[in-house]
Amino acid sequence: MSRIGVFVCHCGLNIAKTVRVPEVVEFAKTLPDVVVAQEYKFMCSTPGQEIIQGDIKKHRLDRVIVAACSPLMHEKTFRKVIENAGLNQYLLTIVNIREHVSWVTEDEEVGTRKAKALINGAVYRARLLNPLTSRFIDVNPNVLVVGGGIAGIQAALEVADAGKKVYLVERTPSVGGHMIQFDKTFPTLDCSACILTPKMDAVNQHPNIDLMTYCEVTEVKGFVGNFTVTVKQKARYIDHEKCNGCLACTEKCPGKGVSEFDEGLVRRKAVYIPFPQAVPQKPVIDRGVCVFFKTGKCRLCEKVCEQGAVDFEQEDRFEEIQVGAIIVATGYDLMDVKPLVQYGYGKYPGVFHSLEVERLFNSAGPTGGKVVLRDMKTAPRSVAILHCIGSRDKNHFEYCSRVCCMYSLKFAHLFKEKTEANIYQLYIDMRAPGKAYEEFYARLLEEDVKFVRGKAARVTENKENPEEAGKLIVEVDDTLAGQFMRIPVDMVVLSPAMKPRHDAKDVARLLNLSTDKYGFLMERHPKLAPLSTMTDGVFIAGACQFPKDIPDTVSQALGAAAEALTIVTKAKMELEAATAVVNPAACSGCMNCVNVCPYGAPQMNAEKGISEINEALCKGCGLCAASCPTSAIIARHFANDQIMAEMEGLMEMEM
Amino acid sequence: MSFDPKILGIACNWCTYTGADLAGTTRMKYPPNVRVIRVMCSSRINPSFIIRGFQLGADGVLVGGCHPGDCHYGTGNLYARRKLAITRKILDFAGMEPGRFRVEWISASEGNRFAEVVREFTEQVRTLGPQTKFKITKNGQ
Repeated sequence: MSRIGVFVCHCGLNIAKTVRVPEVVEFAKTLPDVVVAQEYKFMCSTPGQEIIQGDIKKHRLDRVIVAACSPLMHEKTFRKVIENAGLNQYLLTIVNIREHVSWVTEDEEVGTRKAKALINGAVYRARLLNPLTSRFIDVNPNVLVVGGGIAGIQAALEVADAGKKVYLVERTPSVGGHMIQFDKTFPTLDCSACILTPKMDAVNQHPNIDLMTYCEVTEVKGFVGNFTVTVKQKARYIDHEKCNGCLACTEKCPGKGVSEFDEGLVRRKAVYIPFPQAVPQKPVIDRGVCVFFKTGKCRLCEKVCEQGAVDFEQEDRFEEIQVGAIIVATGYDLMDVKPLVQYGYGKYPGVFHSLEVERLFNSAGPTGGKVVLRDMKTAPRSVAILHCIGSRDKNHFEYCSRVCCMYSLKFAHLFKEKTEANIYQLYIDMRAPGKAYEEFYARLLEEDVKFVRGKAARVTENKENPEEAGKLIVEVDDTLAGQFMRIPVDMVVLSPAMKPRHDAKDVARLLNLSTDKYGFLMERHPKLAPLSTMTDGVFIAGACQFPKDIPDTVSQALGAAAEALTIVTKAKMELEAATAVVNPAACSGCMNCVNVCPYGAPQMNAEKGISEINEALCKGCGLCAASCPTSAIIARHFANDQIMAEMEGLMEMEM
Repeated sequence: MSFDPKILGIACNWCTYTGADLAGTTRMKYPPNVRVIRVMCSSRINPSFIIRGFQLGADGVLVGGCHPGDCHYGTGNLYARRKLAITRKILDFAGMEPGRFRVEWISASEGNRFAEVVREFTEQVRTLGPQTKFKITKNGQ
């Protein structure tokens, strides 16, 4: 005999609109072992919690059922509530009558009946629940940050400043990410390098940060508080311990690669630093284009290096690190615009994408800040900036990439500043929702920029009159003027969609994260847990979650750092107690559980000839319980009898 | 009135259950026939659960887990996949209509997929009519 209290939440009208709560409460009162049933507008609010706690004492309840939103939302909240009233937290059952009933049902009668059925199942299950004791484990105080763009840099600095050790892993030879490619940042027009390079330097100098560039995370094992991470240090063929960063090697090198940093606009050497302000200021050798690696001859760099730092024998090394929390800040890729043949990127030299243009504006860029066409000398006399390339497009990415309107405006301003060109902005809707963004737009309206409201249909060289000779013609329907336009220009700038990293899925697999329908890393809750993921102890920040601007990215990085710190500043942390346990009397020693467990939790006790489960390793998935031929393993909190009882309760109720 | 089937759903916590939550959060509408039980992983599901579901009068059983390769526990759903394939064979052997048992991999971001599967499966089971093969009635038969 147990004493059950059922508490049904209205959730304002969210539940009450399609579930007749008073009727459900009356129904609950008729169920076996239920001694009290109550309703309240918002069960999760303080007065709601007090109703539950009051009833636990008044009615000496030993089981509590809360029929409200999803357990993924407030199970933790209500566990605390009953624990504070002296009840073991595992004696709580949540019935999901919001996400699974009221929000997906239109008819009140139907919703009410489904809610009753679910509550009936919960009562059956609750009667068989057992109190469980939480386990506590030691927490590793270190934090891993994956990705050395502005998000990763900011998060690493924050954690390190709080006194915790940080491993900052970046896969390219330098930190800085996309932000260091930019010239100016909207809407303030402060120079990107001026605000970022001090931070890049700081992560290199910080005593608490172990900066690991040219590295990749290859394996993640363990769980919140105790992750074991394998990091691959890709062979640089330069010993960074010996190298003093004189860069004499980069001057002599005959190898020719394409500068990734300058978006392929120029070449770089085989031994190189990606850009002059790179951190660390030490080169790597690109094996793919190195003359020695290709022909077996050369070794010029080795000859000029006074430090003897060049080492052609170097191999990839693997290092294992221990951390308590992980921040993923892997950023975004710019959409490849070549497949959008209508815009002629790759076909017409006058068509550029936005990152190329960022490099052209940059004084440290391939042209020293001169804005020129691909011949590297002619300045454009007219430029069309095309918004929403691939964004807000059902055929590619349905979403708005959020930053393109603003950086396109920034481009217009910089073109005006640096050239005599006529500027056209071809936009669908101007989106400027941010602090000082609308004002920036207003400012550009005053700067003699021609705004054409319409999505560019195509870029072509087919001239229709002599004036168009030698020009690129942008065809667009001006939706304000209601007329079709042909705009002849020298230069076309495409503002393409920001999309998930090409290997975002691999990162997701590595860390056991989910991705959304586009491939961006998914947050635990879109509003209330935007930085947490479904894997405890792993947080996300920046554009790996969705396109966002620098202020939002930095805010997220700081938030993720705070989240990571709440874990690693604890000496011990509580783990879910719902683990598996072996009934020694029933175990036959078949080793099924030992063989299937991904965590190595069940181990054979050779002396007794039976299996025993190490609770510290068990994650509570229940695979062993379902694999045990003698049903000797009990998956606590999800035991056979509990599940079967719930089923019975659910199926007993007629449709 | 047409037959309204009663369907038992068993969903893993990390993908399908969360996907079902998302269907709710985005206010998708689907038939009320599926009543979902949450387990931590699809690998927790013992074939006996499915059979028991039918014995308890379910007209259909729907199992949902993470996409193969995306299991929160790494390999759990791969075991589940094999186990459920065998379960299907057992059901076939016992003469259960194959259309009454369905396994779907639905991720946490596929709320629309969850709603779609529930709609489809409910209609499918509806056309099959009441399940009597395994059902044990209260008076013992």
